[in-house]
Amino acid sequence: MGNGTSIGRVRGLGSAKTGPHHWLLQRFTAIGNLLLVLWLIASLLLLPNFSYEAVREWLVRPVPATAMALLIVSTFWHARLGMQVMMEDYVHDHANKFACIAALNLIAFAGAGFGLFCVIRLALGGA
Amino acid sequence: MAQASTRNRPLSPHLQIWRWGPAMLVSILHRVSGNGLAVAGLGVLLWWLGALVSGPEAYATFAGHASAWYGRVVLIGISWAFFNHMASGLRHFVLDIGAGYELDRNALWSVITPIVGIVLTAAFWAALLLLR
Repeated sequence: MGNGTSIGRVRGLGSAKTGPHHWLLQRFTAIGNLLLVLWLIASLLLLPNFSYEAVREWLVRPVPATAMALLIVSTFWHARLGMQVMMEDYVHDHANKFACIAALNLIAFAGAGFGLFCVIRLALGGA
Repeated sequence: MAQASTRNRPLSPHLQIWRWGPAMLVSILHRVSGNGLAVAGLGVLLWWLGALVSGPEAYATFAGHASAWYGRVVLIGISWAFFNHMASGLRHFVLDIGAGYELDRNALWSVITPIVGIVLTAAFWAALLLLR
């Protein structure tokens, strides 16, 4: 960086122009999280108990299974956006920052994929 | 050249320079509770769902850890993190529309927000234990 040309001076220093999209998605997923986690909390309070049978019987039904799948997508998306901001603030080295965000993307997709697989398998009666 | 001029720039004062105020506290708690939820909250959610799919034995292992004292500490921590993050997140929505920036009103809601988080956490666990 910094060979004296214009591109050398601004590379890595200016706006990437993707900020507003990130900011808006953080809000959209926040609204989703608000509704879906409050649904989860209400559902947990209404469950007769937390036994294997009771939780399964509740979660395999269509509406709870759909809500749980949506909750997984919304929360993992929101968490991925939020942790990216944390990494951008605290990891100053460009290479380390890139590695952190790459790892974050992999873990967020893997976690959401595993969660969705569990819900689908439960709902479709495979387990 | 760009690097040399970057190095000579004045540094902005950091945490230890500023006088503490409620807005700083609520901002830091928002970040701590959000990242805590992302790691511990989503981790426990996946463990719970995975145990549910894996069968009664795996679920019993999960339930054993969840009902032990250290499991309770983690679950209470996750529930506090959610209610605190929800309260300060709702404050962010209000600030996003451009309201609540007057000094006294901003400080007032910065004080109320973490209290709401603690009260809702206590109410959640009271309801959970009393309804069963």
